[in-house]
Amino acid sequence: MSVLVFIDHSEGTVKKNSLEALSYGAALAAKMGTDAAGLVLGTLTEDAASLGKYGIKKVYQVSDAALNVLDAQVYAQVITEAAGKTGAQVLVFSNTTTGKSVAPRVAARMKAGLVSGAVALPDLQNGFVVKKNVFSGKAFAHIAITSAQKVIAVNPNAFSIIAGEGSATVEALGVSVPASKVKVVATNKITGEVPLTEAEKVVSGGRGLKGPEHWGMVEEMAKLLGAATACSRPVADAHWRPHHEHVGQTGFAIAPNLYIAIGISGAIQHLAGVNRSKCIVVINKDPEAPFFKAADYGIVGDAFEVVPKMIEAIKAIR
Amino acid sequence: MKILVCISKTPDTTAKIAFTENNTKFVSDGVQWIINPYDEWYALVRAIELKEKDPSTVLHLVTVGGADTEPIIRKALALGGDEAYRINAEPGDAYAVATQIAALAKDQGYDLILTGKETIDFNNSATGGFLAEMLDVPYVSLATKLDLNGTSATLNREIEGGEETMEVTLPMVVSCQKGMAEARIPNMRGIMAARTKPLKVVEPVALDTLTSVVQYELPPAKAGVKLVPADNPAELVRLLHEEAKMI
Ligand SMILES: Cc1cc2nc3c(=O)[nH]c(=O)nc-3n(C[C@H](O)[C@H](O)[C@H](O)COP(=O)(O)OP(=O)(O)OC[C@H]3O[C@@H](n4cnc5c(N)ncnc54)[C@H](O)[C@@H]3O)c2cc1C
Ligand SMILES: Nc1ncnc2c1ncn2[C@@H]1O[C@H](COP(=O)(O)O)[C@@H](O)[C@H]1O
Repeated sequence: MSVLVFIDHSEGTVKKNSLEALSYGAALAAKMGTDAAGLVLGTLTEDAASLGKYGIKKVYQVSDAALNVLDAQVYAQVITEAAGKTGAQVLVFSNTTTGKSVAPRVAARMKAGLVSGAVALPDLQNGFVVKKNVFSGKAFAHIAITSAQKVIAVNPNAFSIIAGEGSATVEALGVSVPASKVKVVATNKITGEVPLTEAEKVVSGGRGLKGPEHWGMVEEMAKLLGAATACSRPVADAHWRPHHEHVGQTGFAIAPNLYIAIGISGAIQHLAGVNRSKCIVVINKDPEAPFFKAADYGIVGDAFEVVPKMIEAIKAIR
Repeated sequence: MKILVCISKTPDTTAKIAFTENNTKFVSDGVQWIINPYDEWYALVRAIELKEKDPSTVLHLVTVGGADTEPIIRKALALGGDEAYRINAEPGDAYAVATQIAALAKDQGYDLILTGKETIDFNNSATGGFLAEMLDVPYVSLATKLDLNGTSATLNREIEGGEETMEVTLPMVVSCQKGMAEARIPNMRGIMAARTKPLKVVEPVALDTLTSVVQYELPPAKAGVKLVPADNPAELVRLLHEEAKMI
């Protein structure tokens, strides 16, 4: 009857989004009057016991080297077996690329209802009701999970990390790992930059910047703020910027704390990917640009004059 | 090679989102319905490209929905595909959708089943994973590239902060996103041909749901933008630093 949180890691280091999921799982367990535990597949380089500070009592580990390859089919089998062995009633994932790959398979295998994209703790007053994003950030839905076992995939950056004191006991789980039909041939990580989907701050440019040669100031501002860079679709389509920076309905959907949009009109399809940002800043020379309606702060002005001055001011407060 | 593409119907990307009956029902009056962009631009167009490379490929489309989804599936057929199935059910959730498609696909020998990355209305990103588990085949989610080489596929998929290239034994399920293919628009020949392509209506197996929508909610309206004069960008930086505490 406990809560089990899937702990995702990158070469042994626990991902930030998994710390959010752990905090969510611990808060949920407290609400349900039960305990939360974590589940690690593969091996951590950091001390698993220290994850107790996020409110979990136990960390279960299945440390088979075969699990270093993410094969959703294999993972689903291992996680389901682990859930059975540990008596988990609710499984929590982070709704990241890994979560999207694995959580649905686990849910189908357990015949457990899934809510992916959860933004708040479940309401337990009338059953088990989870709030999630729908209509690409334009609305929320409250979804009741009607099955006995439940799976929740929490949106990145929707639930804050809660760290306190405490240490977890670490227990190895004997679970058989089936053979994989997936072979990873190459991994290509964009190094040296903040990954867009994990970034807390994002500086983004649109067609208003006229051409790729003007992105220096976008990159400089991003670097000063420790932010990732993004762009609108026409900018990626014109190859001014790489495709992995394209945000919106058909690109990445992001929810950073701060989104600075420079020379972007704020078309509804662009907003669909960024409207969950906590604070939106718009710099556009057109006072009628629709983006201002979705913004918290803004300047109506020429980006080529405004942005360099902003950069100077940011340097001044550093 | 036998390919199945899952097609869903969603409100147009610019549709006004509103709810009625105490926020329990989506207001569909005046809403234009389209093929879910990920299903059309990426899953379907990539399948068509694969068929163009190997014309012996059999390409089927499937949608789970009422008679009102037929214009959508016809539009998909105008882009390409040999025939389509409409499973005649109003699915309650993504699990129900997957249950229906799995029942149809079972024992039909599909080498490849493609879905979109997610529907732009429910944003579950779950149907493909459900389906793969029900059919007990591999699943690659958020794929940006897909090529077939006989009994296996080579794919790129998005991982946090990058991409991974992998080889996977067929049959399998793939969820498709940007990168897979370039969007196409149907031509006149395609539209004419689609009229006579078979669209088979299949009755559903038992409908099974594990979740249900209790209520919708619109996000609170923004308080309104705080505008800073263009000649004082430093003031904007000060507000972000001291008031919003964002930098
Ligand atoms: C189905 C569908 C899906 C789509 N998906 C996406 C998506 O995922 N992401 C996306 O971004 N778009 C998407 N689009 C496209 C979208 O509709 C818009 O066309 C696009 O977002 C516009 O990009 P933009 O704002 O960069 O360019 P524009 O609309 O051309 O806007 C440029 C802006 O820059 C301002 N500007 C010009 N010069 C300056 C200056 N010197 N200083 C300051 N401001 C200046 C202008 O006032 C204008 O507001 C989609 C469209 C469709 C139909
Ligand atoms: N009613 C449906 N009929 C056929 N395919 C669907 C349906 N709903 C969803 N799908 C497919 O599943 C994908 C993911 O949907 P979802 O899990 O709801 O985000 C979509 O992009 C479609 O390819």
